[in-house]
Amino acid sequence: MTAATLHAATITQFSRKKRITIAVPLIIIAYFAYIFVSFDVAGLGDRINLNNARTLVSDTYSYKTHVARDNRTDTLTIAIEGERKGTYPKGSAPDWVTLGDTTLVDLGHGHLITLGPQVSYDIPDYGIVTARPGTNGVNAEFPSGDLPDFISASKNRVMINTDAGRFTITRSRAEVFKYSYGWELFFFTLDSPYYGMGPSALLSHALDGEFGAIWQGFWTNKMWRHGDVFWALFETLLMAFLGTFGAAIIALPLAFLAARNFSPLGALRFTARRVFDFLRGVDGLIWTIVLSRAFGPGPLTGALAILLTDTGSFGKMFSEALENVDEKQIEGITSTGAKPLQRYRFGVIPQIMPVLLSQVLYYFESNTRSATIIGAITGGGIGLLLTQAIATQKDWEEVTYYIVLIILLVMAMDTLSGWLRRKLITGDEGGH
Amino acid sequence: MAPNTAPRATETRLSDAYLAQIKSKRLMNFIMLVLFLALLASGFYTADSRNAGGFWDGLGNIFDFPAAMFGEAIERAYLMPAHLIRYIPSLIETINIAAASTLIGAMLGLVMSLLVTRGLAPIPWLVGPLRRILDILRAVPEIVIALVLIFMLGGGPVPAMIAIALHTVGAIGKLFSEVNENASLKPVEGLASVGANWTQRMWLGVIPQVAPNYLSYALLRFEINIRASAILGFVGAGGIGYDLRNTMSWGNGKYDEAAAIFILLFLTIVVVDQLSSLLRNRLTHGTPMTEVTS
Repeated sequence: MTAATLHAATITQFSRKKRITIAVPLIIIAYFAYIFVSFDVAGLGDRINLNNARTLVSDTYSYKTHVARDNRTDTLTIAIEGERKGTYPKGSAPDWVTLGDTTLVDLGHGHLITLGPQVSYDIPDYGIVTARPGTNGVNAEFPSGDLPDFISASKNRVMINTDAGRFTITRSRAEVFKYSYGWELFFFTLDSPYYGMGPSALLSHALDGEFGAIWQGFWTNKMWRHGDVFWALFETLLMAFLGTFGAAIIALPLAFLAARNFSPLGALRFTARRVFDFLRGVDGLIWTIVLSRAFGPGPLTGALAILLTDTGSFGKMFSEALENVDEKQIEGITSTGAKPLQRYRFGVIPQIMPVLLSQVLYYFESNTRSATIIGAITGGGIGLLLTQAIATQKDWEEVTYYIVLIILLVMAMDTLSGWLRRKLITGDEGGH
Repeated sequence: MAPNTAPRATETRLSDAYLAQIKSKRLMNFIMLVLFLALLASGFYTADSRNAGGFWDGLGNIFDFPAAMFGEAIERAYLMPAHLIRYIPSLIETINIAAASTLIGAMLGLVMSLLVTRGLAPIPWLVGPLRRILDILRAVPEIVIALVLIFMLGGGPVPAMIAIALHTVGAIGKLFSEVNENASLKPVEGLASVGANWTQRMWLGVIPQVAPNYLSYALLRFEINIRASAILGFVGAGGIGYDLRNTMSWGNGKYDEAAAIFILLFLTIVVVDQLSSLLRNRLTHGTPMTEVTS
């Protein structure tokens, strides 16, 4: 090759590369422009629900306590998040509520509310709002001057929204919302004797032999259902475990049929490969749907869906690994007069085992995540709890809790499978 | 080795010891295997008892649904071409969700991967925290992000795209950084010696070396994301998964449309799998060689 042709070749190659470096970004930009139009990203501004976003975010780190007075029956109920499970027993109240003929609610920073036949709200830097709800309206009286933005009032309804909380008065009800930080009743519900105890008090009770009762109170917490959540996580893990390892056990013998150097018949090899392609191609989603029709919701359905899909993936990977084995070891074993099964056991399995196990472990980790998704579709495990909590559209603190648990579970599996894989690769032998 | 005076005796002792060791090892492995199988069996038993329908009751019904579906599809085979064409637009949406999220995820993941590779990272103390962020992004199932985003943004392809893209950033960031670790540092040092800044060093020194591997992983991710995008559609994020759920809910006698979607989905996954494995083979076995020689 002369210098001139080399020079010319270099020039053409450079200009080709130049064209590619300009064309590829242009194509990507054009594609994004198409996506922008076809996904209607511009219309997202109208569809986005900022109210929902705000509830979601504030709900994940705070909760509200409802103090409500029914004006018709003159009864007062105090409930966390307004839920029956979080209702204070009659006659008891958090320390910022003083019960009496007229109940005093202290929202802090000088915000004082009285609830009785006549209700009042003392708003610092503004004045006192009073109302006497009755059949003819709420009869609210405000300090003189224009109503500020945080009050909206009509004949039958007054709503006051301040930094300290929210106060709603209607003809039948007067209701206060107080916002507090944290996850409410995470450890014990109000009916538990251990509610509100500090760690040291709990420890001393536990040492007095009440450990079982304390654990019971925590485990059966009606608001957070720790026991159910634990079982759900276990189910999800079970699906991943059974699916992954069941698939590996089924795929291993089938992979021998699909491997070029082991399969006795070409037709058999072809069939086995098409079976693997079919299992993988049908995909977890369709398997999940088909199986849930037969077995109903639950962990078994999820496990079988993972098992079927992964039998296809493992079969393909294992047969590829088998095609790359070293023939010498097998010949060596054959020369000692080993029968076929012994040849496989001592000549082949030790060679491929570390590779196979490390692939299987890798899948186990990623299937923990898939099991959550499959659980959300069929109804099983933590995926089910998650979709249920999201469907209520208000238990976002529970959604956050589940998400944190899922992340921890997947990361734990990631660490475990990584540790086992390293052990397999660096270990003296992983063959037997 | 110390010289031994009685070679024969040592040999027998050695072989005895070896056999004993092998024997105990075999026994250990056998016990482990039995324990593992017992764990698996009891796991299946537990799963079966916690399932709504039992395994043995359901086993006979496995083919009921596919049979009903394909029976109806064959019965009304003349409608099938029309059904197939009707769902092509949603299929394209599903593919678009996967493609756009793979592109976004790969581009962000590329930047992240360079930031978390030791030796290439411009800010060494950021490597640890950024790696944790990648771990978290990888650990969150797409469906979680998608469902939360659907609540805020409403249904449609955008929540699914964001959810899959975020997961892709985590997965690709980690894979690419493993690729980066194998890149030769010589071009980077050469570029540094002529005063190139970090972006130039990465863009001209690292990326050209590993681009074929990047592309190969991105294609693999695209395969995975097509499946994910179909699944997210099923929970309300648009595309063919959404149509599948609707057609499924119409019940008996209307399954021919669901069958059409099953067929489309199956064909898409198979075709994309084949195409991408063909391209990946060329990328990892074919082109790099010519790249090196050129």
